[in-house]
Amino acid sequence: MADTVQYIFDRKNLNQSEPQKYREEDLRREEMIINIGPQHPSTHGVLRLEVVASGEEVVDVIPHLGYLHRCFEKHAESLPFNQSLPFVDRMDYLAAMNSEHAFAMGVERMLGIEDKIPKRVEYIRVLVAELNRLASHFVALGSYGMDIGAVTSFFWMVRDREHILRLLEWVSGARMLYNYIWVGGLFYDLPVGFEGRCKEFVDYLKPKLSEFEKVVIENKIFVDRTANVGVLPLDLAINYGITGPMLRGSGLKYDIRRADGYSVYPELDFEVPVGKGEMGTTGDCWDRTWVRVRECYESIRIIEQALVQLTGDHKRTRDFDPRAMVPKKIRPKAQDLYVRAENPKGETGFFFRADGRSDIPFRCKARGASFTNLSIISEIARGGLIADLIAIFGSIDIVLGEVDR
Amino acid sequence: MTFEELTTHIENLLGAEAILRIDEQCTPGAIELAPTDLLKHMEVLHADEQLYFDQLSCITGLDNGPEANSMEIIYQLYSIPFNHHLTIKVKLDREAPVVSSLSSVWKTADWHEREAYDLLGIHFEGHPDLRRILLPADWEGHPLRKDYKHQEYYRGVKVAY
Amino acid sequence: MGLLDQKLAQGGIVISKLEDLINWARLSSMWPMGFGTACCAIEFMSAQATPYDLDRFGIVPRASPRQSDVMIVAGTVTFKMADRVRRLYEQMAEPRYVISMGSCSNVGGPYWEHGYHVVKGVDRIIPVDIYVPGCPPRPEALIGGLIKLQEKIRGESIVAPRALEKMLEDEA
Repeated sequence: MADTVQYIFDRKNLNQSEPQKYREEDLRREEMIINIGPQHPSTHGVLRLEVVASGEEVVDVIPHLGYLHRCFEKHAESLPFNQSLPFVDRMDYLAAMNSEHAFAMGVERMLGIEDKIPKRVEYIRVLVAELNRLASHFVALGSYGMDIGAVTSFFWMVRDREHILRLLEWVSGARMLYNYIWVGGLFYDLPVGFEGRCKEFVDYLKPKLSEFEKVVIENKIFVDRTANVGVLPLDLAINYGITGPMLRGSGLKYDIRRADGYSVYPELDFEVPVGKGEMGTTGDCWDRTWVRVRECYESIRIIEQALVQLTGDHKRTRDFDPRAMVPKKIRPKAQDLYVRAENPKGETGFFFRADGRSDIPFRCKARGASFTNLSIISEIARGGLIADLIAIFGSIDIVLGEVDR
Repeated sequence: MTFEELTTHIENLLGAEAILRIDEQCTPGAIELAPTDLLKHMEVLHADEQLYFDQLSCITGLDNGPEANSMEIIYQLYSIPFNHHLTIKVKLDREAPVVSSLSSVWKTADWHEREAYDLLGIHFEGHPDLRRILLPADWEGHPLRKDYKHQEYYRGVKVAY
Repeated sequence: MGLLDQKLAQGGIVISKLEDLINWARLSSMWPMGFGTACCAIEFMSAQATPYDLDRFGIVPRASPRQSDVMIVAGTVTFKMADRVRRLYEQMAEPRYVISMGSCSNVGGPYWEHGYHVVKGVDRIIPVDIYVPGCPPRPEALIGGLIKLQEKIRGESIVAPRALEKMLEDEA
């Protein structure tokens, strides 16, 4: 068992692979370097924060990334388009359906079959994407409460998330990484009885969400810890390329589902919640969390409308085949394409370059929402306390698979 | 504005010689610029009242391979108030890929350029802190190049399966 | 243990081997250091919460390696992370066990072919006791792996400890 070990230990290994940016000799007398290292319960994954602190006050924060770099782009250059789909799942593993939706939409646009996808397929895609948006926001809110100190929020949110995961397992066969939205259609149709169970779940969820809001979000301690903390001014946010609930929390009503109007979102009726600075300044941590909670309500509205369509105009028929438009060989013409979609974390984009000669992309770049959102942390955490740093970090809501790809 | 109106307006702003090629096959429409004076042109695009490209969404580095002997950088620009989408392409020489950094115009470029340097070896002039971001600091080579061969061992552990 | 309650009710005296007692104490309170890297970490978190409660097995996750018995490597291990994994493993006190959860830490997972930065199995860095397959493994699979580790601990012997045996083997 121990003879499989090949690693050679050396004292200098750690500093050679990821050197510190600050050296002890360059600091002032009262400053110290605290390493919130890659293994830490509150870094939501493997991210290293090098904090230069003067007492309890943060002077500078430098994030060190790359501990989960899994070479997605190299795989995408070696595998055909449809075989890269499971790797897309594993980038943002909490909202896999949304990333798959963006990827599949991009390839369909390149092939020119985007308007030939049956409407039922589009409605099912929106349904599972919104269910996954709920699941992702539940993890964000639950673990954020746990970071602040309220363990109850984690257990309540994970309990509700288990119901969603069970529904998605019924649809696709897997709890977390689905490989369900294929290029040109879906893997399977919805199972019989799914719509009824989904409606039951949505009716069960609404009082639970409002209970969560009253107990955690409007709690005095939570408000004191998150209001006026980590204020993100709007012009700074746009310049740093921030998207998603972080941008909407700073006051800008910009949602790619409305701005680009992809899939069947133009036919659905939903609001875009914007942070208004109710408990403090516009753009603080409380606003971002509040935007996420309101987005959960809007997702529930979208799910209800999709269910109405899926049991009404586009109900299941005996001869419906979700794989009807799945192409046998995906060989798009030579072109470049950038597709973007609204992930729960922000804007997920894929840049494709197809060379027209093979079914393997020449280049596929994944633009992760969390990668760009994380770059703001050194700006807004400066000058706060270390406890504020944890609160700010939780409100950015990153997932490391998307940061490192 | 449609893509044609965008390109005519940009031609008026930057001068017709600055635009090397207009690619309409690309989605969203693309304009190819030269690597010289790139920073000046981008500042104009950022500051102009009618274009107002305030969001730089994505910077993609691309290696065309040792035969074609070129590398490309592709910028995705978006204007939030006017809903303009534009792609800017820049072609570089593969032997010494150097281009000026846009991190003084859009702060998004900071980390995206570090990633392009890390994975492809493109050097950005004027970048405040150009070092590897995703791979370890002592990794050899730039993985996304077409002629990349991974190293045999790292810390004594075999890299291949 | 129901048997234990019965025995205690009949007179309050239980006779057992010291080995069995120590092994039973160790396996009933395995405290893992959840070393969650990627997607498997989320399934590990789900296993701790309802309805796949891990607390009923006596498994309480600890943040620090110095306070934990078992290290559950959940998720992909990359070369950049390899140094840190080794360091954390060395910081744990004996008796320590390692569970490799998920395909990525078993053999490199779906990234085995073109992943230049992925270590093809965490057993190239630290010695592993139990491998739990899956991508990601269901929480029930993880609980199955933990129960298998419990069975392994039940068979251990304090008279012939592993580290001592290995040292004598190396010298011979």
